[in-house]
Amino acid sequence: MKNFLALLLTLFLGFLIVATLGNNNFFPAYGDVDVTTRVSQKYIDRNVNGGSEEVIYGQATNLESGPANTITAIVADYRSFDTLGEVTVLFVSSLGVALLLGGAKQKRLELNFKPNFMLKVGSRALFGIILMTGVYIAIHGHLTPGGGFPGGTMIASSVLLLYLADDEFRAKLKGFKMLESAAGSAYVLIGLAGLIFGGYFLVNLLDNGVLGNLLSAGMIPIIYVLIGLKVGSEISGIIDNFLTEEGV
Amino acid sequence: MTLISIIEIVVSVLLIVLAFLAINSKTLIKSVMFLSSLSMLAVIAFVLMKSPDVAITEAVIGSGLVTSLFVFTLLAVRKADKKI
Repeated sequence: MKNFLALLLTLFLGFLIVATLGNNNFFPAYGDVDVTTRVSQKYIDRNVNGGSEEVIYGQATNLESGPANTITAIVADYRSFDTLGEVTVLFVSSLGVALLLGGAKQKRLELNFKPNFMLKVGSRALFGIILMTGVYIAIHGHLTPGGGFPGGTMIASSVLLLYLADDEFRAKLKGFKMLESAAGSAYVLIGLAGLIFGGYFLVNLLDNGVLGNLLSAGMIPIIYVLIGLKVGSEISGIIDNFLTEEGV
Repeated sequence: MTLISIIEIVVSVLLIVLAFLAINSKTLIKSVMFLSSLSMLAVIAFVLMKSPDVAITEAVIGSGLVTSLFVFTLLAVRKADKKI
Protein backbone atom coordinates (compact mmCIF):
# COMPACT_ATOMS: atom_id res chain seq x y z
CA MET A 1 0.00 0.00 0.00
CA LYS A 2 2.83 2.37 0.93
CA ASN A 3 4.69 1.55 -2.28
CA PHE A 4 1.54 2.01 -4.32
CA LEU A 5 1.00 5.47 -2.79
CA ALA A 6 4.62 6.37 -3.53
CA LEU A 7 4.20 5.26 -7.16
CA LEU A 8 1.02 7.32 -7.46
CA LEU A 9 2.75 10.38 -5.99
CA THR A 10 5.72 9.96 -8.35
CA LEU A 11 3.45 9.66 -11.37
CA PHE A 12 1.54 12.76 -10.26
CA LEU A 13 4.77 14.76 -9.87
CA GLY A 14 5.98 13.52 -13.25
CA PHE A 15 2.69 14.61 -14.82
CA LEU A 16 3.06 18.04 -13.19
CA ILE A 17 6.60 18.46 -14.55
CA VAL A 18 5.61 17.39 -18.08
CA ALA A 19 2.50 19.59 -17.99
CA THR A 20 4.34 22.71 -16.83
CA LEU A 21 7.56 22.28 -18.81
CA GLY A 22 5.80 21.04 -21.94
CA ASN A 23 5.27 23.11 -25.05
CA ASN A 24 3.07 25.89 -23.70
CA ASN A 25 2.97 29.66 -23.70
CA PHE A 26 5.32 30.19 -20.76
CA PHE A 27 7.83 27.46 -21.57
CA PRO A 28 8.15 26.88 -25.33
CA ALA A 29 9.90 23.82 -26.73
CA TYR A 30 13.70 23.86 -27.00
CA GLY A 31 14.82 26.04 -29.92
CA ASP A 32 11.40 27.57 -30.59
CA VAL A 33 12.01 30.83 -28.75
CA ASP A 34 12.62 33.96 -30.78
CA VAL A 35 15.60 35.33 -28.82
CA THR A 36 15.43 38.76 -30.48
CA THR A 37 12.24 39.53 -28.55
CA ARG A 38 13.76 38.57 -25.18
CA VAL A 39 15.92 40.65 -22.85
CA SER A 40 18.92 38.33 -23.39
CA GLN A 41 19.43 39.80 -26.86
CA LYS A 42 20.35 43.11 -25.23
CA TYR A 43 23.13 41.37 -23.27
CA ILE A 44 24.36 39.56 -26.41
CA ASP A 45 24.42 42.80 -28.43
CA ARG A 46 25.90 44.72 -25.45
CA ASN A 47 23.35 47.54 -25.73
CA VAL A 48 21.66 47.42 -22.32
CA ASN A 49 22.08 51.19 -22.01
CA GLY A 50 21.01 51.59 -25.64
CA GLY A 51 22.91 52.50 -28.78
CA SER A 52 25.80 50.21 -29.68
CA GLU A 53 27.41 49.08 -32.94
CA GLU A 54 27.45 45.50 -34.21
CA VAL A 55 29.47 43.01 -32.16
CA ILE A 56 32.09 41.28 -34.35
CA TYR A 57 34.56 38.82 -32.80
CA GLY A 58 38.15 39.99 -33.13
CA GLN A 59 37.23 43.48 -34.37
CA ALA A 60 34.74 45.17 -32.08
CA THR A 61 36.32 47.71 -29.75
CA ASN A 62 35.02 49.97 -27.02
CA LEU A 63 31.95 47.88 -26.28
CA GLU A 64 29.69 48.37 -23.28
CA SER A 65 31.10 45.15 -21.81
CA GLY A 66 34.32 43.58 -23.03
CA PRO A 67 34.27 39.78 -22.49
CA ALA A 68 33.75 37.56 -25.54
CA ASN A 69 31.87 35.05 -23.37
CA THR A 70 28.41 36.49 -22.76
CA ILE A 71 27.97 34.53 -19.51
CA THR A 72 31.09 36.22 -18.13
CA ALA A 73 29.82 39.59 -19.32
CA ILE A 74 26.69 39.04 -17.22
CA VAL A 75 28.31 37.34 -14.21
CA ALA A 76 31.42 39.47 -13.76
CA ASP A 77 30.43 42.78 -15.35
CA TYR A 78 26.69 43.51 -15.43
CA ARG A 79 25.95 41.55 -12.24
CA SER A 80 29.33 41.70 -10.52
CA PHE A 81 27.79 42.68 -7.20
CA ASP A 82 25.88 39.37 -7.12
CA THR A 83 29.19 37.55 -7.67
CA LEU A 84 30.64 39.38 -4.67
CA GLY A 85 27.68 38.02 -2.68
CA GLU A 86 28.33 34.47 -3.95
CA VAL A 87 31.98 34.71 -2.90
CA THR A 88 30.81 35.88 0.52
CA VAL A 89 28.48 32.87 0.82
CA LEU A 90 31.41 30.53 0.08
CA PHE A 91 33.55 32.39 2.63
CA VAL A 92 30.86 32.00 5.34
CA SER A 93 30.52 28.27 4.59
CA SER A 94 34.28 27.73 4.83
CA LEU A 95 34.26 29.72 8.09
CA GLY A 96 31.54 27.41 9.45
CA VAL A 97 33.51 24.29 8.51
CA ALA A 98 36.63 25.72 10.14
CA LEU A 99 34.70 26.55 13.32
CA LEU A 100 33.20 23.05 13.56
CA LEU A 101 36.13 20.89 12.43
CA GLY A 102 39.24 23.01 12.87
CA GLY A 103 41.14 23.20 16.11
CA ALA A 104 44.55 23.10 17.64
CA LYS A 105 46.96 20.15 17.31
CA GLN A 106 45.68 18.73 14.07
CA LYS A 107 46.85 15.48 12.51
CA ARG A 108 45.81 13.59 9.39
CA LEU A 109 42.74 11.37 9.60
CA GLU A 110 43.71 7.69 9.68
CA LEU A 111 42.14 6.01 6.66
CA ASN A 112 42.15 2.25 6.38
CA PHE A 113 44.08 2.16 3.14
CA LYS A 114 47.69 2.96 2.41
CA PRO A 115 48.56 4.65 -0.91
CA ASN A 116 50.78 2.39 -2.99
CA PHE A 117 53.64 3.35 -5.32
CA MET A 118 51.48 3.63 -8.46
CA LEU A 119 49.00 5.97 -6.78
CA LYS A 120 51.76 8.19 -5.40
CA VAL A 121 53.63 8.60 -8.71
CA GLY A 122 50.47 8.89 -10.83
CA SER A 123 48.93 11.52 -8.56
CA ARG A 124 52.08 13.64 -8.63
CA ALA A 125 52.14 13.47 -12.43
CA LEU A 126 48.44 14.41 -12.65
CA PHE A 127 48.73 17.19 -10.04
CA GLY A 128 50.55 19.57 -12.37
CA ILE A 129 48.21 18.93 -15.30
CA ILE A 130 45.07 19.56 -13.23
CA LEU A 131 46.59 22.67 -11.63
CA MET A 132 47.53 24.09 -15.04
CA THR A 133 44.03 23.36 -16.40
CA GLY A 134 42.47 25.16 -13.44
CA VAL A 135 44.73 28.20 -13.87
CA TYR A 136 44.03 28.22 -17.63
CA ILE A 137 40.27 28.11 -17.11
CA ALA A 138 40.43 30.93 -14.52
CA ILE A 139 42.64 33.15 -16.72
CA HIS A 140 40.63 32.55 -19.91
CA GLY A 141 37.30 33.04 -18.14
CA HIS A 142 36.40 36.05 -20.29
CA LEU A 143 37.01 34.18 -23.56
CA THR A 144 35.98 30.56 -23.08
CA PRO A 145 33.40 28.76 -20.90
CA GLY A 146 34.39 28.40 -17.29
CA GLY A 147 35.84 31.15 -15.16
CA GLY A 148 36.86 31.78 -11.60
CA PHE A 149 34.58 29.34 -9.81
CA PRO A 150 35.30 26.14 -11.83
CA GLY A 151 38.97 27.12 -12.17
CA GLY A 152 39.35 27.59 -8.44
CA THR A 153 37.59 24.31 -7.76
CA MET A 154 40.00 22.56 -10.14
CA ILE A 155 42.96 24.04 -8.23
CA ALA A 156 41.41 22.67 -5.02
CA SER A 157 40.93 19.25 -6.70
CA SER A 158 44.65 19.09 -7.46
CA VAL A 159 45.37 19.77 -3.77
CA LEU A 160 42.90 16.99 -2.87
CA LEU A 161 44.86 14.64 -5.15
CA LEU A 162 48.02 15.38 -3.16
CA TYR A 163 46.13 14.53 0.04
CA LEU A 164 45.06 11.23 -1.57
CA ALA A 165 48.58 10.36 -2.69
CA ASP A 166 50.40 10.88 0.60
CA ASP A 167 48.90 10.05 4.01
CA GLU A 168 51.32 12.39 5.77
CA PHE A 169 50.78 15.40 3.49
CA ARG A 170 49.50 18.69 4.93
CA ALA A 171 49.04 21.81 2.82
CA LYS A 172 50.52 25.07 4.09
CA LEU A 173 47.24 26.39 5.46
CA LYS A 174 48.61 29.73 6.65
CA GLY A 175 49.58 30.67 3.09
CA PHE A 176 46.15 29.63 1.81
CA LYS A 177 44.44 31.80 4.41
CA MET A 178 46.63 34.80 3.55
CA LEU A 179 45.95 34.28 -0.18
CA GLU A 180 42.21 34.01 0.42
CA SER A 181 41.94 37.17 2.49
CA ALA A 182 44.20 39.10 0.10
CA ALA A 183 42.13 38.06 -2.95
CA GLY A 184 38.80 38.83 -1.25
CA SER A 185 40.02 42.23 -0.05
CA ALA A 186 41.39 43.03 -3.52
CA TYR A 187 37.97 42.30 -5.05
CA VAL A 188 36.26 44.72 -2.63
CA LEU A 189 39.03 47.31 -3.18
CA ILE A 190 38.51 47.12 -6.97
CA GLY A 191 34.82 47.72 -6.33
CA LEU A 192 35.56 50.71 -4.09
CA ALA A 193 37.97 52.13 -6.68
CA GLY A 194 35.14 51.95 -9.20
CA LEU A 195 32.85 53.74 -6.74
CA ILE A 196 35.39 56.52 -6.19
CA PHE A 197 36.69 57.06 -9.76
CA GLY A 198 33.80 55.82 -11.92
CA GLY A 199 30.70 56.63 -9.93
CA TYR A 200 29.40 53.05 -9.49
CA PHE A 201 30.50 50.13 -7.31
CA LEU A 202 32.63 47.68 -9.39
CA VAL A 203 32.49 49.79 -12.57
CA ASN A 204 35.00 48.81 -15.27
CA LEU A 205 37.72 51.47 -15.18
CA LEU A 206 40.21 50.02 -17.68
CA ASP A 207 39.97 50.05 -21.48
CA ASN A 208 37.95 47.17 -22.96
CA GLY A 209 40.36 46.49 -25.84
CA VAL A 210 39.55 44.30 -28.86
CA LEU A 211 36.85 41.67 -28.30
CA GLY A 212 38.42 38.20 -28.17
CA ASN A 213 42.00 39.14 -27.22
CA LEU A 214 43.50 37.65 -24.08
CA LEU A 215 44.32 41.14 -22.76
CA SER A 216 40.86 42.61 -23.21
CA ALA A 217 37.73 43.29 -21.19
CA GLY A 218 39.46 45.65 -18.79
CA MET A 219 39.07 44.49 -15.20
CA ILE A 220 37.16 41.26 -15.85
CA PRO A 221 40.24 38.95 -16.14
CA ILE A 222 41.72 40.51 -12.99
CA ILE A 223 38.47 39.95 -11.08
CA TYR A 224 38.15 36.36 -12.35
CA VAL A 225 41.75 35.48 -11.44
CA LEU A 226 41.11 36.91 -7.95
CA ILE A 227 37.90 34.84 -7.65
CA GLY A 228 39.79 31.75 -8.84
CA LEU A 229 42.53 32.20 -6.22
CA LYS A 230 39.96 32.87 -3.49
CA VAL A 231 37.75 29.88 -4.33
CA GLY A 232 40.75 27.58 -4.75
CA SER A 233 42.34 28.45 -1.41
CA GLU A 234 38.97 28.38 0.38
CA ILE A 235 38.01 24.90 -0.85
CA SER A 236 41.56 23.67 -0.13
CA GLY A 237 41.06 24.84 3.44
CA ILE A 238 37.71 23.03 3.64
CA ILE A 239 39.37 19.83 2.32
CA ASP A 240 42.13 20.11 4.92
CA ASN A 241 39.50 20.53 7.65
CA PHE A 242 37.63 17.45 6.43
CA LEU A 243 40.73 15.25 6.33
CA THR A 244 42.26 16.13 9.69
CA GLU A 245 41.28 15.36 13.24
CA GLU A 246 42.33 16.58 16.65
CA GLY A 247 45.23 14.82 18.26
CA VAL A 248 48.98 14.94 18.50
CA MET B 1 15.22 11.32 -35.82
CA THR B 2 18.71 12.72 -36.00
CA LEU B 3 21.67 11.24 -34.13
CA ILE B 4 21.63 14.08 -31.58
CA SER B 5 18.00 13.48 -30.59
CA ILE B 6 18.67 9.74 -30.16
CA ILE B 7 21.61 10.56 -27.88
CA GLU B 8 19.38 12.97 -25.95
CA ILE B 9 16.77 10.27 -25.33
CA VAL B 10 19.40 7.70 -24.28
CA VAL B 11 21.01 10.19 -21.87
CA SER B 12 17.66 11.16 -20.34
CA VAL B 13 16.63 7.54 -19.75
CA LEU B 14 20.05 6.69 -18.29
CA LEU B 15 19.80 9.69 -15.95
CA ILE B 16 16.55 8.37 -14.47
CA VAL B 17 17.92 4.83 -14.19
CA LEU B 18 21.11 5.98 -12.49
CA ALA B 19 19.19 8.19 -10.05
CA PHE B 20 17.02 5.16 -9.14
CA LEU B 21 20.12 2.97 -8.68
CA ALA B 22 21.84 5.64 -6.54
CA ILE B 23 18.92 5.64 -4.13
CA ASN B 24 18.36 1.89 -4.03
CA SER B 25 21.90 0.46 -3.87
CA LYS B 26 22.74 -1.92 -1.04
CA THR B 27 26.09 -0.36 -0.12
CA LEU B 28 26.96 3.32 0.30
CA ILE B 29 30.09 3.20 -1.88
CA LYS B 30 28.00 1.97 -4.83
CA SER B 31 25.56 4.84 -4.25
CA VAL B 32 28.42 7.31 -4.43
CA MET B 33 29.66 5.76 -7.68
CA PHE B 34 26.20 5.92 -9.24
CA LEU B 35 25.86 9.56 -8.11
CA SER B 36 29.20 10.34 -9.75
CA SER B 37 28.14 8.76 -13.05
CA LEU B 38 24.83 10.65 -12.80
CA SER B 39 26.80 13.91 -12.63
CA MET B 40 28.92 12.83 -15.60
CA LEU B 41 25.79 12.16 -17.68
CA ALA B 42 24.31 15.48 -16.53
CA VAL B 43 27.42 17.11 -18.02
CA ILE B 44 26.58 15.53 -21.39
CA ALA B 45 22.98 16.70 -21.04
CA PHE B 46 24.13 20.27 -20.31
CA VAL B 47 26.45 20.23 -23.34
CA LEU B 48 23.58 18.97 -25.54
CA MET B 49 21.47 21.87 -24.22
CA LYS B 50 24.29 24.26 -25.27
CA SER B 51 25.29 25.52 -21.82
CA PRO B 52 29.04 24.79 -21.58
CA ASP B 53 29.56 27.03 -18.53
CA VAL B 54 27.15 24.99 -16.41
CA ALA B 55 28.65 21.79 -17.85
CA ILE B 56 32.19 22.69 -16.73
CA THR B 57 31.00 23.62 -13.23
CA GLU B 58 28.99 20.40 -12.94
CA ALA B 59 31.95 18.32 -14.15
CA VAL B 60 34.35 19.83 -11.63
CA ILE B 61 32.07 20.01 -8.59
CA GLY B 62 29.53 17.21 -9.18
CA SER B 63 31.72 14.38 -10.39
CA GLY B 64 35.10 15.54 -9.08
CA LEU B 65 35.07 17.26 -5.74
CA VAL B 66 31.84 15.95 -4.19
CA THR B 67 32.59 12.34 -5.15
CA SER B 68 36.08 12.40 -3.69
CA LEU B 69 34.84 14.03 -0.48
CA PHE B 70 32.14 11.34 -0.17
CA VAL B 71 34.71 8.58 -0.75
CA PHE B 72 37.10 10.06 1.82
CA THR B 73 34.25 10.35 4.34
CA LEU B 74 33.24 6.72 3.73
CA LEU B 75 36.84 5.58 4.19
CA ALA B 76 37.04 7.51 7.47
CA VAL B 77 33.71 6.17 8.75
CA ARG B 78 34.56 2.60 7.84
CA LYS B 79 37.38 2.65 10.36
CA ALA B 80 34.93 3.01 13.26
CA ASP B 81 32.20 0.74 11.89
CA LYS B 82 33.55 -2.08 9.71
CA LYS B 83 30.21 -3.14 8.26
CA ILE B 84 29.48 -0.33 5.76
